[in-house]
Amino acid sequence: MVPLSWYLIVAAALFCIGLYGALSRRNAVAVLMGIELILNAININLIAFNRYITPEEVSGQVFSIFVLAVAAAEAAVGLALIIGIYRTRDSVNLEELDLLKG
Amino acid sequence: MAITPQQVVFILLSVLTLGCGLMVVLSRNLFHSALWLVGSFFGVAALYGLLEAEFLAVAQILIYIGAIATLIVFATMLTRGMMLGRMKMSNFQSGISGVVAILLLGLLVLVLLQVSWPTEALPVPDDTIAMIGNAFVSAYVIPFEVVSVLLLVALVGAIMIARER
Repeated sequence: MVPLSWYLIVAAALFCIGLYGALSRRNAVAVLMGIELILNAININLIAFNRYITPEEVSGQVFSIFVLAVAAAEAAVGLALIIGIYRTRDSVNLEELDLLKG
Repeated sequence: MAITPQQVVFILLSVLTLGCGLMVVLSRNLFHSALWLVGSFFGVAALYGLLEAEFLAVAQILIYIGAIATLIVFATMLTRGMMLGRMKMSNFQSGISGVVAILLLGLLVLVLLQVSWPTEALPVPDDTIAMIGNAFVSAYVIPFEVVSVLLLVALVGAIMIARER
């Protein structure tokens, strides 16, 4: 049997990879990809805890389905925003989007 | 300590997931990043299968690979100005964010190793999918309805934001 800590370490590594992607990329679509990796890491944690600690309840799986739905909504709105910004500014480089900067 | 076949499968899937994830954040071509992202999602779905969460594994493939990855590929191709590798993909803070990510990983692993987590899983009930369905209409009915309204609002909003004016 795989120990629970292995799953937690893999999820932590995936979270840190996604964090690096979200912080270091200058393209808005690439930042969204990093956020998707972070949400996947969180789902691995939820399901692993559900499996090892309370498999007779399904609360971990229910919560990860909620995360899945929110991730779908986030991807749809985020990509719509990116396409809208690209249409008006002709760029998705986050360093050039400083309209609100004083 | 002998390594069981299940652990071998787990290690292979972890290498697939983390390797594809690293390629997502390191690849210079945004389109290649999107394709590596599909590999990473697939590895995560297989990990769900290993955790005996079959419904989540199928939902992961349908929603993440079928819908979100496709959306990201479309967005990549619609905003193709930066995907040709002419420009640097990382911004001025990439060095410090790499250090932050590695330090956070070290901290998390340090904390994880100090707790004695269970190594043997308890037996799984036979009909998890029926239990998930029951949970959605009994204990979690309010969050379930809120999430469905959220999805509807988000999709209408996405159409409003992205349409031609």
